[in-house]
Amino acid sequence: MIKDTVAKKLLKQNHLLDLDGFSQSDIQAIFDNTDSMMEVLDRGIRKVPALRGKTVITLFSEASTRTRVSFEQAGKILSADVINVSSDGSSSKKGESLYNTALTLQAMKADAIVVRHQHSGAGYFLAQQMRSTSIINAGDGMHAHPTQSLLDLYTIKKHLGDIESKRVVIVGDLLYSRVARSNLWGLTTMGADIVLCGPNTLLPQDFLDSRLDDVRHPFKNITIENDINKALNGANVVMALRLQSERQKAGHLPSLREYSRRFGINSERLKLAHPKAIVMHPGPMNEGVEIEPDVAHGQQSVIESQVTTGVAIRMAILYDLITGNRPEKEL
Amino acid sequence: MSVKKIQTDVQIKRALTRISHEILERNSGAENVILVGMHSRGVPLAFRIRTLIEIHEGRSVDVGSLDIGLYRDDISEKPQPTMKPTDISVDINGKIVVIVDDVLYTGRSIRAAMDAINDLGRPSQIQLAVLIDRGHRELPIRADFVGKNVPTSKEEDVEVRIIEVDGVDEVIITSEIGLAEGI
Amino acid sequence: MTSKTLIKGGRIIDPAQGIDQISDLLMVDGLIEEINTSISKPRNAEIFNAEGLIVSPGFIDIHCHLREPGEEYKETIETGTAAAAAGGFTTVCAMPNTQPAMDNQSVVEYVLRKAKETALIRVFPIGAITIGRKGKQLSEMSELADLGVIGFSDDGDPVEDPNIMRQALGYSADLKLPIINHCEVPSLAEGASMNEGWVSNRLGLKGMPASAEEVMVARDISLAELTGGHVHIAHASTRGTIALIESAKATGIKVTCEVTPHHLTLTENAVMGHGKDDFQPLDNNAYDTNAKVNPPLRNKSDVNSMIESLNAGIIDFIATDHAPHSAVDKMTTFQDSSFGISVLETALGSLMTLVDKGQMEVNTLIKKLTSDPATFLGKNIGNLKNGTSGDITIFDPNATWTVDPQNFISKGKNTPLEGALLKGKIKATFFQGIKVY
Repeated sequence: MIKDTVAKKLLKQNHLLDLDGFSQSDIQAIFDNTDSMMEVLDRGIRKVPALRGKTVITLFSEASTRTRVSFEQAGKILSADVINVSSDGSSSKKGESLYNTALTLQAMKADAIVVRHQHSGAGYFLAQQMRSTSIINAGDGMHAHPTQSLLDLYTIKKHLGDIESKRVVIVGDLLYSRVARSNLWGLTTMGADIVLCGPNTLLPQDFLDSRLDDVRHPFKNITIENDINKALNGANVVMALRLQSERQKAGHLPSLREYSRRFGINSERLKLAHPKAIVMHPGPMNEGVEIEPDVAHGQQSVIESQVTTGVAIRMAILYDLITGNRPEKEL
Repeated sequence: MSVKKIQTDVQIKRALTRISHEILERNSGAENVILVGMHSRGVPLAFRIRTLIEIHEGRSVDVGSLDIGLYRDDISEKPQPTMKPTDISVDINGKIVVIVDDVLYTGRSIRAAMDAINDLGRPSQIQLAVLIDRGHRELPIRADFVGKNVPTSKEEDVEVRIIEVDGVDEVIITSEIGLAEGI
Repeated sequence: MTSKTLIKGGRIIDPAQGIDQISDLLMVDGLIEEINTSISKPRNAEIFNAEGLIVSPGFIDIHCHLREPGEEYKETIETGTAAAAAGGFTTVCAMPNTQPAMDNQSVVEYVLRKAKETALIRVFPIGAITIGRKGKQLSEMSELADLGVIGFSDDGDPVEDPNIMRQALGYSADLKLPIINHCEVPSLAEGASMNEGWVSNRLGLKGMPASAEEVMVARDISLAELTGGHVHIAHASTRGTIALIESAKATGIKVTCEVTPHHLTLTENAVMGHGKDDFQPLDNNAYDTNAKVNPPLRNKSDVNSMIESLNAGIIDFIATDHAPHSAVDKMTTFQDSSFGISVLETALGSLMTLVDKGQMEVNTLIKKLTSDPATFLGKNIGNLKNGTSGDITIFDPNATWTVDPQNFISKGKNTPLEGALLKGKIKATFFQGIKVY
């Protein structure tokens, strides 16, 4: 009896680059291991020997204290040696440096490289150069941020019991958001009803066009709603995305003020959602722009528990990839 | 492939009954005992031993479950299965922890289990109960309570099947090359 | 001593004369002497057996990048023309985005001298429209015309300033030379590395909308009408561009355009890895930097429009936009990698897939590679008339081969077709009667 319980996508490529192509059971298997990791985090002494003698390198060419520390803590709890490398990802030398860095880190026999890069597909590029090192994408350009999405999914499941058929409203800058892109795959796979809300200039145009009519389109369960009040109506999950001031400079919006008035999540609007709805934000927040402080820190906010869950999810991913997790063979 | 049944459901029941008596006898009752089953089949076996102890003693003992995934020494050698939850909700400090597993073979899983338990607290004693001891130890580990000693060769597999997991109670030996006298 | 070559038994296709028949062809002293159903072997003639093969005029490429001077690590006039010969081309036009740019007599003279010394085939230079291709000040167009440039272009970059474009079209009008513009509104394409659409959204890559091309095409047509100049739209790639050109031609505006083999045969899906459809999971081949090209590979509807319009004659001819790069330029993230595909050696094979699928007649294809670009140049090449230069391409329309860039003669190994099976293979190329491939 072979139990198909493990993320085949992880196994096939030995990398975690995005959630594209993950099945429900793949994600559930990661959640099972995350449960075990949550138990370790609850202990008085948070240390297990699982990845003793293994080396995890975090390679960040974009500032991100939150994600890097989360991976570092995850690796250290599992007893891996974690080395932090920050690199200037600027493209002055046509990115040769990324290629050479990849070869160097591989030669150092890193077991896993956690990479954050401002260019979409940087994780794929590194994975293409690797023979034995696992690549974990910790955010690449506008493309994907799979561990953030997995922790969002896990958080929803823990708070609401299930993800299927839940109305998940994602508000804000969907055009540039890698978190949103990964969540579209993850939430779709888990059967959520997704509503995207924001000004048209920040919604990927392709979700507005007719290609959604294709029967094979993975995002058929996504609807677009420009009116925040209609979007929030009956929502089970309200996810606000960070709105960067660059969007205003690039002409996507007249002003942050107008954005905040049209799309900001405040306690008045939150009343339109389901009474037990949870409020999420991948961080870092611009309080007063996309979310009001009383909502961000209010009763319905699960934003802080997202952070703890993030460590457990990343422990599960490091463990899965470095141990070459395979379906259990029952003897 | 050849298959040979070495224990029936009745024999398994008798063995577990005897083990539960021995646990009580060794520890002068069940007062300080915590049974910790190892995933997968050790967990239901631990619950069965608890039921038997309850019948004899009229009092319950705590049962926990343990996954050794984070403590294995073969993480680089072979792929690891998805973990199941470790759930030991009681304080094990100063208690007698009886590890329960289905088959004792190399002893490596038990070593991992003892490390895992040490991370959770400091029991006064750790004891080991197994349904089958098939020999071939690679570490200085010995079971305190054994259902049945079964001499095997390394080419053979001992498979314990229990109702909670497999829908049937039995112990079989399988061999890819056929059992000695058969060929 | 006279040299003679007799090509026997091939299917001779010469769109300029409307010839499509099995015949023999004789070249004497570098010129075409005779086409006849049976020519007996003259004394001292070399024989080339072309049975089962197609014999056509040598192909003409109006748009390629030979990189010399300045970027010889990517390509040289020698390697680029040798690659062209291997691809069946006997005439190529070199784009002026060299370093320094071909914006003055000395650089153009350098290119012509290098071509004379090292090129296996004919090279026509294209002069820059503006000094340094910066779009500010016109280059000395008349002097460059005297040296033999066949047109002007700042290719690689558009002429952004409409007034400069107006002046360039006006000034070149009396030189009777075209202004070849790379149409792309910079602010609409800023930071973009592929076509805007489903694939760019999926990959999280900033896309350039079709409008970035079309807005400038519309502008250039309007300015051509204003000035009476000849604007040639380089590498047309969108359905909208075609619509604009079609209506402009109908009103008699002097506008022509070209299309590349890749915009006729590949879609934006190539960026996900060769052969991927819209919804397949990504794998290790995703973010194929060899599929990064400008203008970007577009969607299926655009590709179909290109094929239809080429057949309908709205698109004047095929040009390769051969843009060789070194591995360093492509071994990086998609966003960082250079735009461009090495095309010369795969052009025929990929275009023949259109013939194979019944989307185009082989005669049309040859016309768009020979007599139509020759008309654009206003030169007596690209035909097999008696007395013209013995520029001949011989190919097997049925031979299949697998693309292995390591076998390219071009220094540019950057092709998204690596591993693809193509049908149609060049067997020989003659330039001025001499076998150069």
